[in-house]
Amino acid sequence: MSAAFDVIVVGGGHNGLACAAYLAKAARRVLVLEAASDVGGAAANREIAPGFTVSACAHLLHSLHPKVIADLDLTRHGLSLSASDIPTVALDTGGKHVVLRRDQVMESLTAHSAADAAALPAFYRRFMSYAAVLQPFLTAVPPRLGGGGRQDRLTLIKLAWAVRKLGRQEMREFLRVIGMNVADILEEAFESDLVKGALALDGVLGTSFGPRSPGSVFTLLYRLAGEAGGLRGALAHPRGGMGSLTQALASAARASGAEIRCGAPVARILAEEDRTSGVELRSGERFAAPTVVSNADPRVTFLSLLGAEHLDTGFVRRVSNLRQRGLVAKLNLALDGLPSFAGLKEADMGGRLVIAPGIDYLERAFNHSKYGEYSEHPAVEITIPSIHDRSLAPEGKHVLSAVVQYAPYDLKRNWDDAREAFTDLAVETIAAYAPDLPRRILARQVVTPLDLERDYGMTGGHWHHGDLALDQLLMLRPVPGAAQYATPLPGLYLCGAGAHPGGGVMAAAGRNAARQVMAMEGVA
Amino acid sequence: MTQPPYKAPLLESPLHSRTAPLCLGNEWTRWGGYASVDTYLNTEHEYFAIRNAATLFDLSPMRKYRVSGPDAARYVSRLVTRDVDGLRPGRVAYAVWCDDLGKVLDDGTIFRFGPDEFRICSQERHLCWFLDCAIGYDVNIEDVSERIAAISLQGPRSFKVVQALGLNDCRTLKPFDMTHFDFDGGPMTISRTGFTGDLGYEFWLASEKAVSLWDRLMEAGQAYGIRPIGSRALDLARIEAGFIVPLVDFMPAGEALRPSRGRSPFELGLDWLVDFGKGHFVGRRALLAEKERGRGRRVVGLDIAGNKPARDALIYAGRSKQVGAVTSAMWSPTCKRNIAIATLDRPYDTMTEGLWVEIYVDKERKWEKAMAPCRIAARPFFKPPRRSATPPLDY
Repeated sequence: MSAAFDVIVVGGGHNGLACAAYLAKAARRVLVLEAASDVGGAAANREIAPGFTVSACAHLLHSLHPKVIADLDLTRHGLSLSASDIPTVALDTGGKHVVLRRDQVMESLTAHSAADAAALPAFYRRFMSYAAVLQPFLTAVPPRLGGGGRQDRLTLIKLAWAVRKLGRQEMREFLRVIGMNVADILEEAFESDLVKGALALDGVLGTSFGPRSPGSVFTLLYRLAGEAGGLRGALAHPRGGMGSLTQALASAARASGAEIRCGAPVARILAEEDRTSGVELRSGERFAAPTVVSNADPRVTFLSLLGAEHLDTGFVRRVSNLRQRGLVAKLNLALDGLPSFAGLKEADMGGRLVIAPGIDYLERAFNHSKYGEYSEHPAVEITIPSIHDRSLAPEGKHVLSAVVQYAPYDLKRNWDDAREAFTDLAVETIAAYAPDLPRRILARQVVTPLDLERDYGMTGGHWHHGDLALDQLLMLRPVPGAAQYATPLPGLYLCGAGAHPGGGVMAAAGRNAARQVMAMEGVA
Repeated sequence: MTQPPYKAPLLESPLHSRTAPLCLGNEWTRWGGYASVDTYLNTEHEYFAIRNAATLFDLSPMRKYRVSGPDAARYVSRLVTRDVDGLRPGRVAYAVWCDDLGKVLDDGTIFRFGPDEFRICSQERHLCWFLDCAIGYDVNIEDVSERIAAISLQGPRSFKVVQALGLNDCRTLKPFDMTHFDFDGGPMTISRTGFTGDLGYEFWLASEKAVSLWDRLMEAGQAYGIRPIGSRALDLARIEAGFIVPLVDFMPAGEALRPSRGRSPFELGLDWLVDFGKGHFVGRRALLAEKERGRGRRVVGLDIAGNKPARDALIYAGRSKQVGAVTSAMWSPTCKRNIAIATLDRPYDTMTEGLWVEIYVDKERKWEKAMAPCRIAARPFFKPPRRSATPPLDY
C-alpha cells in the first residue's frame, strides 16, 4: 500500500468536509470517504416527494462559524441564506402567539405581558454577555488539564480572564447560573408561560435534558454563542436547504484539490506499529495514509472502526460511557399549500414556530423519554422553508420541516412499529394550531433516532454525537485523552460533532481539527 | 438466619472448619473480606517450618477469574504487560496489569489451561476492570473465587507429602508447571508455585472438596513435620524470596488517592515483565514514554548493617538527604542477614555506597535511633537450589 494521500477523512458530513477543505487548502493531499451516495451526513437534503426538497435532519443555521464561511469562501461556492434573523413564534393554543427575535420587543409580547416585554432586553443582553465568554473558545483547541504545555495554560488563563472581565457582579452571577437549570432562571426573569416555554426550548433542544435538568442554562448559552447571518443568537435558512451548505463545503474542498468519494463506507481504520496506516472499506478496498481524521462519532470511531484493542481500558471505559441517547425526531411534510395557523400573521409564517407552551409542558414531554416512551404532547420546532425559498417545492406548494422532541432512541416499543403512530401524533400536535394541516399533506416522512443511527451512522441517533452538556464539553469533549482532536493512537484525529465545540452545524470542530492536524503532522 | 450488614461477620473460607480450631492464638487478619489466619500460635515456629519441613496455608480467599473464549489469549495479552503467547498450556506465569498511565493495578498469576482458557489469580478483586478490558473482545470472564478453594503446601519436605498422597507425577513438575489429577471424583490442579521462594505446590480444587484435601495433606504430612501457617510467617518467607506485595511495597494505582503514588512496572523493578514487542496492551504508550524519560524511582533489595529490622525506615544518601524508604524489612534467620525491600529515588537506586537507613529501635520502651549503612542487594535474598531443582531434592 503506497500512500497516495496525506490525510483520509472518514465521513463527509459538514465537519469532515470543512476539515478536508482546510487541509487541502494547506496543500495536503486529502481523500474524503463518505458512506452515503452523497456528501452531507445529517446536514443534507432529501426529496420526500417528486419536486419537494427538505433538509433531512438539521434545518436551521444558528452556529455555522463565520470564520469557516470566510476562510473557505463558502459564498463563492454557493452558500447563501434564503432568510436571516428569522423570528421565533411561540405558538399559543388560543391564537395569541408571541413573536420573539433576540432582544427586540415585539408588539405581540407587549400585548401578552408588559412585564416580560420589559424584562426581555436586559435578560437577553445579560445572557449574550455570558455567551460572549464562551464564544472565543469555539475556535480554540481545548486546554489540557495537568501535564499540558504553555498553550494549554494560556487558553485556561484566557477563559478565566473572559469570566473575570464580566466584572465582579456579573462574574458572580455567571458562576451562579452556569450550572443551573433553564427553568429556574426563566422563572426568575419572566411571568408568561408561553415566553418561558419558548426560551426554555433552546436550552433543551437536541439534548437529553428537561428544562429542570441542571446544566440546561449552559446549553442555552452555548447556543447563543453561535451566530447566523452575522448576528449572534440569530437563526437563518440556508438557500436550497441544509444540503446546499454541505455542497458548498464539498465544492470548496474539491476546489482546493481534495478528492471526495461517496458510496465508500469505511469498515475499519487501520493501525500498524501503533500508528494509523489507512482505512479499509466495507468492500475490502484499502487506502493508505499516515493520518486519518474521523468525522464519525467517537464511539463509532474508537469502538467500531478502530477497535478497543488499540486503546487503553480507562479510555475505552470513558468512550463507552458517553451520554449519547438521541431524543429528537424529525418530521418532514410535503404540502399542497400553506397550512393556516389560527391567529398567525402571514409575515410570521416564515419564522420558527415553536410548540412549547410552558415549562411544565416541556418537562412533562421530557418525563416520558426517561421511561422509554415518546412524549404524549411533544415540543415541536416548525419551519416552512419553502416560504423563503421557492426552489424547495413546486409552485404553490410547500415543505414543512419540524423537529419533534422527545422521541427517545431506546423506545420501549420498536420504532419501526411505532413510526406511524408517532407520525400521526406529531401531525396532530401541529394540527392543534393549524387544523387544515392533515388534509394538505401530500407526503410525510419521519426520521427517528433509530433512523439517524441506521442511515447516518450516529450512535444512539444523537445529532450532536453526544450530549452538549457541561460534563461533555471543552476539555471533556468527547472524553479526556481525545479532547484536543488528537487521539491516543498517533495519526488518528477526531473532527466531528463529538469533538469540541460540538454539534449544531457549526463546522468549527472540522476547522479546529484541521489546524491541529497541520500543527502535529508533517507533509509526506 | 440473615444478619443485618453491620453485624455481618467476615466471610469464612471453605477451610474455616479446619483452620479455626487450629488457630489457638485466635489471631486473624482480613483478606478480601475473608477471615484469614494471621498466626496459629507462634510465628517463628511457622516460619521455620516453611524453611525446614512442610507447611499448609489456606489460599482460598485468593480471587480467581476464569477467562475463556476465542479471544482469551488476545485478551490476556491486552490486559497484562508481559508476553503470554509464549505461555504454553500447563504453565503458570507471574504478571502485572496497569492502568492507562502505565501504573500497576495489581499483580497475580496466570494459569493457562488450554489455547482458549486461562485463570488469573490475584489478591484483590478486579472483576470490573477485567470486564472493561474485555470491551470489544469475544471472551467470557467469570469470577470463580467462591467455587475454587486453594491450599498452598510449601517447604523442603513438601514433595514428600505430595508423594505420600500418591501424586508421584508431580516429580517432573518444574517451577511454574501445573498438572491435573482426579481427587475424590473431581478435578484437582497442582501447580509448582508459591510465595515462599522455597520448594512448594499449590492445590486448586472445588471448594466442597477442600476440607477432605486438607485432612489428607495434614495426615500425610505428619511424618514430615507439617504445620499450618498464617500470613505473618508467610510474609517473612516472601521477604526473603524478594517478592513485593501491593499495599505494602507499593500503592496499587486503583487504590491511591494521590495521583503521584502509582508505580509502573519499571519503578517496581519488574522491567522483565514488560514486552513492547507484542502489540498494544493497556498502559503501553505511557510505559514507552516512561522508558524514554527514565523511571523516577525503583524498588530495590537492601542489605543493612547490624541486626535491627529496618521497618518503615527512611533512607538517606549521606547523613541528611532523604532518598527513599523501606517498605518491608526483617532479620532473616535463614540468610543471617538484615534485609529489606525499599523504594529509592533516581539516581540513588544505583548508588553503590553512602546509603544510610534510619532505624528506630525499641529497647524495652526506650526508643533509640540508629543510623545503619546499607547497600543495594540482589533479590531474592534467599535462593536455595531446592527452589528450582527438578526432580525435587531429597529432604
